[in-house]
Amino acid sequence: MSAYKQNGATEYDAGSGISSRAQTISKSRRRRTVGTPRKSVLLTVVMLGMVVYSLTPVAWLVINSTKTQASLFSTFGLWFSGPFALWDNIVTTFTYSDGEFGRWLLNTILYVVVGGGGATVIATLGGYALAQFNFPGKRAVFAIIIGAIAIPGTALAVPTFLMFSAVGLTNSPWAVILPSLISPFGLYLIWIYATDAIPTELLEAARVDGAGELRIFVSIALRLLMPGFVTVLLFTFVATWNNYFLPLIMLSDSRWFPLTVGLNNWNARPPSAGGELITNLIVTGSLIAIVPTVVIFLLMQRYWESGLAAGSVKE
Amino acid sequence: MHTNPALNFRSYFALSSAKNRRRWIGWGFLAPFMVVFLFVLVAPVIYAIYLSVFQNKLVGGNSFVGLANYTTALLDPQFYTAFLRVALLLLVQVPIMLVFSTIAALALDSSRLYFSALVRISIFLPYAVPGVVAALLWGFMYGPQFGLVGNINSFFGIRIPDPLSSNFILVAMGNIVTWEFVGYNMLILYSALRTVPKDLYEAAEIDGAGTFQVIRAIKLPALRQAFVVALVFAVIGSFQLFNEPNVLKTLSPNVISSNFTPNMYAYNLSFAGQQFNYAAAIAIVMGVITMIVAYAVQVAGIRRENR
Repeated sequence: MSAYKQNGATEYDAGSGISSRAQTISKSRRRRTVGTPRKSVLLTVVMLGMVVYSLTPVAWLVINSTKTQASLFSTFGLWFSGPFALWDNIVTTFTYSDGEFGRWLLNTILYVVVGGGGATVIATLGGYALAQFNFPGKRAVFAIIIGAIAIPGTALAVPTFLMFSAVGLTNSPWAVILPSLISPFGLYLIWIYATDAIPTELLEAARVDGAGELRIFVSIALRLLMPGFVTVLLFTFVATWNNYFLPLIMLSDSRWFPLTVGLNNWNARPPSAGGELITNLIVTGSLIAIVPTVVIFLLMQRYWESGLAAGSVKE
Repeated sequence: MHTNPALNFRSYFALSSAKNRRRWIGWGFLAPFMVVFLFVLVAPVIYAIYLSVFQNKLVGGNSFVGLANYTTALLDPQFYTAFLRVALLLLVQVPIMLVFSTIAALALDSSRLYFSALVRISIFLPYAVPGVVAALLWGFMYGPQFGLVGNINSFFGIRIPDPLSSNFILVAMGNIVTWEFVGYNMLILYSALRTVPKDLYEAAEIDGAGTFQVIRAIKLPALRQAFVVALVFAVIGSFQLFNEPNVLKTLSPNVISSNFTPNMYAYNLSFAGQQFNYAAAIAIVMGVITMIVAYAVQVAGIRRENR
């Protein structure tokens, strides 16, 4: 975190007389207000309001996943009450309706690993090519890809469905995986990253030593690209894990649903003949569905922050 | 230095052929991306354009109709009510969200916060929640039966207007979208603020500028590019809105129509209506509008910068 902050802030020349003047003066002056300003209780309280807003729904989800269906409907939403039923809920979520939830979880993992992982590998190869090689047509490719970043993924969902159904690809895992394999943003990120992180002389030296291009990529470039690779992996992971519209229109067989489509399928399912509601299972299932992305974001803060910074600040 | 001319020639030759080979090696690395790119991005767009100029009628079968689907779309009240609805959401929800994101980003950047790391993570956390789960979650909380709204009503003995009623559904949806993305935009803006050179602040302090003057004269101008990025994402997100209304539809089926947003309209046309050609035309019209507006935002951002 802190290393990254320094990278972002140093080496920037304000290029004006003001800055040099500031530098000379700041040497003789304590930089209390600029470096470490006094903490403000008022500002913290205001921001805690936003924190409460952001966390309340998550807290509601955690609390209510511990309730039975009966107490879910009868007790106050933001506090624990009734019997502690979290484990029962988890077990029932996984066993309800022949254990389809577990199947959806595995499907989601499949789509994330093959789709998101594949997208990351493909984007890394492509970004490396754009950063380190000159080849015929490079400029055209670059223009097309920059244009493609602007095309919203959801705008493509219906056209992609129409084409996939024409070639008979719908209602199979490929219908979800293939469109997930492309990440123009990932390619762009790796391309920026590879330009900075890989010294061309290093690659030249390896070539003089007679190393093949693929070996150079695997043993030298990939290692240097690792932080960028992880960043892109993180973003494609979240994108495929959260994917809803595309699998919704591609899949009609519930055996191939990912969690997102499955959960809403439960939600939309009319109460069974006995009037049995499964709201507690939807709540618990939702909790299970957000745990992996939340954990990954918490653990890999440095990577997504650098990714966001690259996407927004670098031009 | 004495060199063997033969060796020199050989190494020169080896180098130039290597260079020649390397001219194409870049393509080798880029090929997987381009192949998938053509198949899942370019081909669907072309196929959709192709579909959109045909009509499939019960009588007469498949026939070329030119731009008839497009003129129908532009005159279709179902389409433009959907379009106006997302445009309204864009005009109201996005400014509110960006104001909150900006305040949060400025607060984080001021280093005046206690627990600033916790604040940052907490506000960003909703971004990690899938849109479907966010919609389900808020949908439950909005519920008058066992949701928070119901709790508040029974606790205070009042009747808050039902967020899922037709008058408030857009507000309810705007709130969900704001909740999901306020932290994401906060981080985009925050990253931009951190690239401002510290010298500028020191200079401003010496010149006697107050906190709000610094914000107005240094920080907000530094955020312009990040604002453009955030706005472009917001334009795309609003015009392409689908997940939230589609999930909330199960909770209030009478309020959310099948053409609530343009994307829902295209979806329902192709599934319920089997009108693939018309659905393709709607998807293309909406894609083009989205790109034009997103592009206009960028151009406006650049023009401002040059002024």
